[in-house]
Amino acid sequence: MKELLQLQSICAAYDEKLVLENVNLSVKENDFIGVIGPNGGGKTTLLKVILGILKPVGGEIISESCSIGYLPQINQIDKKFPISVLDVVLSGLMTEKSLFSRYRKSDQQNAEELMQQMGILHLKDKTIGELSGGQMQRVFLCRAIISRPKLLILDEPDTYVDSNFEGELYDTLDRLNEEMAIIIVSHDVGTICSHVKTIACVNRNLCYHDSNVISKEQLEAYNCPIDLITHGDVPHRVLKHH
Amino acid sequence: MNFIFEIFQYQFLQNAIFAALLASITCGIIGSYIVTKRIVFISGGITHASFGGIGISWFFGFNPILGAAFFGVLSALGIEWLSKKTEVRQDSVIGILWALGMALGIIFIYMTPGYAPNLLSFLFGNILTVGALDLYLLTALALLTILIFALMLKPILFVAFDEEYAKTQRIPVQLINYLMIALVALAIVLNIRVVGIILVISFLTIPQTIANLFTKDFKKMIIGSIIFGIIGSFTGLLVSYEINAPSGATIIISFVILFILAKIIQLIMIALKRKNNKLKKEI
Repeated sequence: MKELLQLQSICAAYDEKLVLENVNLSVKENDFIGVIGPNGGGKTTLLKVILGILKPVGGEIISESCSIGYLPQINQIDKKFPISVLDVVLSGLMTEKSLFSRYRKSDQQNAEELMQQMGILHLKDKTIGELSGGQMQRVFLCRAIISRPKLLILDEPDTYVDSNFEGELYDTLDRLNEEMAIIIVSHDVGTICSHVKTIACVNRNLCYHDSNVISKEQLEAYNCPIDLITHGDVPHRVLKHH
Repeated sequence: MNFIFEIFQYQFLQNAIFAALLASITCGIIGSYIVTKRIVFISGGITHASFGGIGISWFFGFNPILGAAFFGVLSALGIEWLSKKTEVRQDSVIGILWALGMALGIIFIYMTPGYAPNLLSFLFGNILTVGALDLYLLTALALLTILIFALMLKPILFVAFDEEYAKTQRIPVQLINYLMIALVALAIVLNIRVVGIILVISFLTIPQTIANLFTKDFKKMIIGSIIFGIIGSFTGLLVSYEINAPSGATIIISFVILFILAKIIQLIMIALKRKNNKLKKEI
């Protein structure tokens, strides 16, 4: 399988504080990587390095300038900003446009079709602040995939949503995974692990698991303080010490 | 109604009307950007920093507005550059620049030998003394602003909305930010003549706040701001002429009255809508 992107001994820091240390990761076509780890462990930082928003202080990123779709954490968004839902989705096409080019009828049709599939077409003229959390996540997912990127990066798309949408979201991601690689960060370790193909556990270091099952010993070896998940006939979760 | 006749008699009144119109257009567009991007405080800093430029150019005998433009754009680019440095507390730096500009301006104006210019006209503006050069500059700026927003409305809006995302889309986010902040500085400095240093920020925020009561669409907000800007500044100009008070102050007071009226109208509209909905439900 073709490699899209490779991180080699990446170190990343904010000011003097080292957040990621010596991280290696390879992303191939059709990968579906779940990124888990404690708060402040560097999950979002890892995504920002991959996206090119944050310059690493050490290491190298090797990539064949592949197109990336990105869904940020929605609590970063200014809810009072006067922008319509349709415009938010269209902003996913910025890469293809020069600074002065207009958005064509076909772009708008493209956006509306996608919104129809996601069931948010009726919201297209609303302002972003008028939406519920689940609706907003759908809008940002549309923005992330409208340019049909090779790599889709999602930062906690399952926060502020109802369980109904969560199921829908993972179905959609499974479908999208046929044409693009996906990296997803989530707090909901249980759900994420039953959908992704492989797991990356980030807590300053990164340990990569070539399956979606992690054993207790592995977790302890990597000093990764999370709940333990197993997928037997009955999916269950083993919680340590509480 | 003397005012209307006198407009045709006196060149300075015609200049004032043109200046108010041009200021409303530029401030309507730039102000909408300032309000939606939440850079009101930064804009306040640029305004006061540019007073240093006025003082220095007065001392050395340059045109004060050109000096202020140079100083204002320089400090604007500096603030934008600093905002990317996470180790600096941006608002503290703006506070320092704010005071430094004012201090420099006052010292240089007082050190200038001979006749000391009327400080009040810089602080509160005097639209009735706007000259030909001011009008040329205001016209050029209004055209430039319209051109930039007409060509790049979407990229400007997208970068203001979600800068990080725009960066992942490989568009020149930094270039757009520098361009916009320089344009903000120019709009501020050229309108100092019209409403003065202390009040220019309200020309950039009150019409926008009024427009924002009735629309949540960026384009409509710009158009609304321009219309409310024209209504407020013409009313203020008239009052300024009639009672012989600084134009900046009368324009701002017109804006605030306009805002209160608009708020009342908005509340009535909401109440009527509720009543209608209730009636519909009962039927």
